[in-house]
Amino acid sequence: MTREMTGAKMVVQALKDQGVDTVFGYPGGAVLPIYDEIFQQNDIRHILVRHEQGAVHAAEGYARSTGKPGVVLVTSGPGATNAVTGLTDALMDSIPLVVLTGQVPTFLIGSDAFQEADTVGITRPCTKHNWLVKDPDALSATIHEAFHVATAGRPGPVLIDIPKDVQFAAGTYSAPKPSTSHYQPRVKGDLEEITELVAAIEKAKRPVFYTGGGVINSGPAASQLLRELVEATGFPITSTLMGLGAYPASGRNWLGMLGMHGLYEANMAMHGCDLMIAIGSRFDDRITGRIDAFSPKSIKAHIDIDPSSINKVIKADIPIVGDVAHVLEDILKVWKARGRKTNAEAVSKWQSQIGDWRKINCLAFTGSDKTIKPQYALQRLEALTKDHDRYITTEVGQHQMWAAQFLNFEDPNRWMTSGGLGTMGYGFPASIGVQMAHPDALVINVAGEASWLMNMQEMGTAVQFRLPVKQFILNNERLGMVRQWQELLHGERYSHSWSEALPDFVKLAEAFGAKGIICKDPADLDDAIMEMINYDGPVIFDCLVEKHENCFPMIPSGKAHNEMLLGEAETQGVIDTQGAALV
Amino acid sequence: MSALHIKKGATKHSAYNLRPSFSDVQERHTLAVLVENEPGVLARVIGLFSGRGYNIESLTVAEVDHTGHRSRITIVTTGTPQVIEQIKAQLGRIVPVHEVHDLTVEGPSVERELAMLKVVSDGEKRVEALRLADIFRANVVDSTLGSFVFEITGAPDKIDAFADLMRPLGLAEIARTGVAALLRGE
Repeated sequence: MTREMTGAKMVVQALKDQGVDTVFGYPGGAVLPIYDEIFQQNDIRHILVRHEQGAVHAAEGYARSTGKPGVVLVTSGPGATNAVTGLTDALMDSIPLVVLTGQVPTFLIGSDAFQEADTVGITRPCTKHNWLVKDPDALSATIHEAFHVATAGRPGPVLIDIPKDVQFAAGTYSAPKPSTSHYQPRVKGDLEEITELVAAIEKAKRPVFYTGGGVINSGPAASQLLRELVEATGFPITSTLMGLGAYPASGRNWLGMLGMHGLYEANMAMHGCDLMIAIGSRFDDRITGRIDAFSPKSIKAHIDIDPSSINKVIKADIPIVGDVAHVLEDILKVWKARGRKTNAEAVSKWQSQIGDWRKINCLAFTGSDKTIKPQYALQRLEALTKDHDRYITTEVGQHQMWAAQFLNFEDPNRWMTSGGLGTMGYGFPASIGVQMAHPDALVINVAGEASWLMNMQEMGTAVQFRLPVKQFILNNERLGMVRQWQELLHGERYSHSWSEALPDFVKLAEAFGAKGIICKDPADLDDAIMEMINYDGPVIFDCLVEKHENCFPMIPSGKAHNEMLLGEAETQGVIDTQGAALV
Repeated sequence: MSALHIKKGATKHSAYNLRPSFSDVQERHTLAVLVENEPGVLARVIGLFSGRGYNIESLTVAEVDHTGHRSRITIVTTGTPQVIEQIKAQLGRIVPVHEVHDLTVEGPSVERELAMLKVVSDGEKRVEALRLADIFRANVVDSTLGSFVFEITGAPDKIDAFADLMRPLGLAEIARTGVAALLRGE
């Protein structure tokens, strides 16, 4: 079906035809024609953010909690440059986004016009792909292709830069059709490699599944198949920060998160395993620790849809390029056809070894009846919210790691955090995006006060759109993770890592027309959390916690998985100068 | 052999040749990258090399199929086998990239580069420059009483050798195209 219409109308029509129901954006001179079209329709809801970075993170929250691409609409110049952090965040965490930017009219491009920026040039390294559309007849096909590229293969953000004269000009609209583009990443894994992996599964004595965000990106079927495979084989499973929820935390084979602040049993299992099955995970430096001491005795199988992830950091002995769900399905098929064999006796010995590591109780902390320990706050949050239809977002820092350690995720798409880029200011706008997608759910942003302030202007968005997002701020008046590193690495010289002149968060909430709650006594915590949950509207919860708590366990930079620190007593002089140079 | 009787890093039947040996030896590879000739595609390729810290020794690009809008980018790069594999995989995920060929692996291939050299001299030196140009089968494409411009085609090391000889004979300027390469045979 083709029709004549203006470029601006095509944009809105293409979004409708792609099934878009929500757009996060901020208007400006170079996108006014598109905003005019948005004004004249009711199918697409537009969420007016307070800063373009917030729009992109909100779209990320929407995308991660639904599995659908998030859509952003911003203006040229500063609108586009403000979106760059969110684009980079989405690229690092493989989140599908379609970002539309206005551009100065084609005849002004290159003249340093008002609010002109080389948007495709600036965003080339932080998008999966981007386009500048100069021909109105090419606009609708480009938008449809953009949705295909954003979601096909390894997902990621794409950007379409649309000059203002193209928005005004008339052209021919074409409806979406199955993509004919050459960009069709393979989804089926190589059967020979899969058979080799199954043979390894049958023989393995000390196996471990090491899963990541790729399982969640592959869709609900992937999580289901993963659960089936884990239950059927009885192999232990750990996950990266990005992959939490793919396998339920209540599952009997669950080891907890691995990595720099992962659980002792998870990291020890990774170090000591003889078969590592990496699924949709990318051997990030937060995961591997010291490369040359990383799981030295294991055969490593690596399943990933992106060939460049394989052998990038760690050499894969059994590389399988394909979509997680497709590959898991084939693994199960082949494994069942070959008689469902495992080395059960050895695996049960391995499980009991893991049980011994578990007894160390690496998340233990010293409680207090005077101050609220951040870990305790999260334990209570978990206890009081676990039966709700709950979504969690986080900012970045100590609170993020504690949330990953102390909150339990039973399903995928319930946990939204900035893993790869580590973007402070991500969690609050992300919670807005999640709440838009799930209006009746309980959406909580676990935050630190410093991160939260980075995008606090979005309070206006939450109030305007009546989004009852709960901002659970663990307030230690410190940049906690920076402070922790300065304690361990920089002779306790706390350079600029404390928050002075903090706002009164209760008054701040009230100033925006929201509810503020403050809590500093552990005895009051449960009631305060219940008050937050039961309030029908956005809440800022100022939870004043212990100021000098460190996050453990910790693999210090430059150390191996079996060199974890479990508590304060072990922290003296453990990081050498080489380790200190790492991030 | 490991306990699981799987040869670590075996290379035989992988779909993407994903089992390179990870040695530290620097290798020189010539890559042919076939791309959609759309705006910014060269910037994507070059940005990948600079952004990820890979080397470019030589790069040439031109549209080779005007109806299909395909360009061929020939890149000479160096790196360890692991880095070379990463470069190919990273190139492969650029959306407008259609094909990536490692001519060094798929070879044998033939490599040629064109250069123009301006030599400014007189007397014996001028005669010697002309004599050497004849040996190297370089053509004179411009001549004045005090200068020659030679055009020479060949593998990069042949051009290096010719330039080295011209230097004491008054080499004033040199322009090189970078390497173009094709696989030999069918």
